[in-house]
Amino acid sequence: MVEMVWMIEILQYGFMVNALTAALLSAIACGIVGAYVVVKRIVFISGGIAHASFGGIGLGYFLGIEPVICVIPFSIASALSIGEVSRRRGLSEDAAIGIIWAMGMAIGIMFISLTPGYAPDLFSYLFGNILTVPHSDLLIMLLLDVVIVILVYLFYKEFLAMSFDEEFATVVGVPAHRLYLLLLCLVALTAVVLIRVVGIILVIALLTIPATVSRRFTDVLWKMMVLSTIFSAMFSIIGIYLSYLFDLPSGSTIILVSGVVFLLSLLMPSRHILKY
Amino acid sequence: MKSEVIGLRDVWVYHDGLPVLEDVTISIRSHDFLGIIGPNGGGKTTLLKVMLGLITPERGEVKVLGGDPEGNRRHIGYVPQHSPFDHDFPISVMDVVLTGRAGQRLFGRYSDQDRKLAHDTLKMVDMLPFAKRQIGKLSGGERQRVFIARALVTEPEVLLLDEPTAGIDAHIQTEFYEILKKLKEKMAIVMVSHDLTAISIYVDKIACLNRRLFYHNSKELTSDDLEAAYQCPVEFIAHGLPHRVLKEH
Repeated sequence: MVEMVWMIEILQYGFMVNALTAALLSAIACGIVGAYVVVKRIVFISGGIAHASFGGIGLGYFLGIEPVICVIPFSIASALSIGEVSRRRGLSEDAAIGIIWAMGMAIGIMFISLTPGYAPDLFSYLFGNILTVPHSDLLIMLLLDVVIVILVYLFYKEFLAMSFDEEFATVVGVPAHRLYLLLLCLVALTAVVLIRVVGIILVIALLTIPATVSRRFTDVLWKMMVLSTIFSAMFSIIGIYLSYLFDLPSGSTIILVSGVVFLLSLLMPSRHILKY
Repeated sequence: MKSEVIGLRDVWVYHDGLPVLEDVTISIRSHDFLGIIGPNGGGKTTLLKVMLGLITPERGEVKVLGGDPEGNRRHIGYVPQHSPFDHDFPISVMDVVLTGRAGQRLFGRYSDQDRKLAHDTLKMVDMLPFAKRQIGKLSGGERQRVFIARALVTEPEVLLLDEPTAGIDAHIQTEFYEILKKLKEKMAIVMVSHDLTAISIYVDKIACLNRRLFYHNSKELTSDDLEAAYQCPVEFIAHGLPHRVLKEH
């Protein structure tokens, strides 16, 4: 009952409707792509891509373009460079990730300092503020969700083959390296979707926690995607509720809720979890 | 004359400036069952990857079914050494085998024919009851049979096996070789192995590789070959006359 009353009361605020819509839209992206990030073990590559995208935010400020739009090409460029550079012989993958991670952020800070005046929403790009998501951003999030869902639907079997064994997939004629780069681009798009919700610095949490919790319940990749979408939506909605109730920063509340659920899921020994 | 499936001519591969394969020439013909032995680090895995077009040699020519390896490698069934896969990966045995068909048609789902082929192949390697099992929940021998099935659903003309019996119990190895014996009728097989006994029993031809390839298109190697390959005198116990590897000496 209390929840119902809260819901009705809270939905009278337009910003709350936007916040809940953003939570659901971001859950779709991070549920699907997060499952790949976890099973393909590209968590740190994804962290690098997300952080490097800060360069796009800075560029947006500098050029006077909406930062969320500017960040899309920028994060895709950093995804492709991490994917290509890390493949070079004689260069270790984690070094490449670290370099691009830091370069992207440095570019962002540089552009912001070159921009006259002060950057009003800067903090919300870094740490997220789901309560201030504007309508236009919801449209962009919806669009990116559609792109992600269509690509994963079309290439499900190829992505699965590539994620499981890249070399074997190449031998049987799957363009594995190009699919890998495409997957990194999907990670980049997901980072963009999540920026408003939890911020660049915390994106990696929503890419990993819901998928990791879901992995304990199923051995089937697509079920893992569905479950982690549900978990992610739950974490975000509970996080929004708590941050509204106690006046806490929404991004970190969402992550802490996720973290607590993750810890609880560890208490259940996995052999006792029904896998279906 | 049996037709050539894979041909390498004067192939040189370098890694960080050091030669890994030196002047390797070999011709594998249909229905050959070739065993490749040699010391660790002798380039055995590299040789298979050259055949698959995964490594491009600095010098020399590689032909697969008369064409370049990238274009024709889909006709090669590949069973890698300890597949570098994650045991916790959420994928079933059936779906692992189906990945062998993933390159047939891009976009969309597997066809009924793909599924039937995967089903029949799993049956052939006696793994059908495990079709729905997650890949990590298998023993080493069971997993190896799944990887063979995955290589076979591509309907290959030649099968490349890299140390297929490493880490598998002896009695299961025997079962495994019996499967290969059946397959030999349908395709050429190249098996890299350190298991000399098995090689001497099952294969028809033997090559020894230590950067250079010692091969006489037969099952016999001279003790000079082995000494040159292993760079030390090799004690070679022949396994009964019908299966001997060394010439009488």
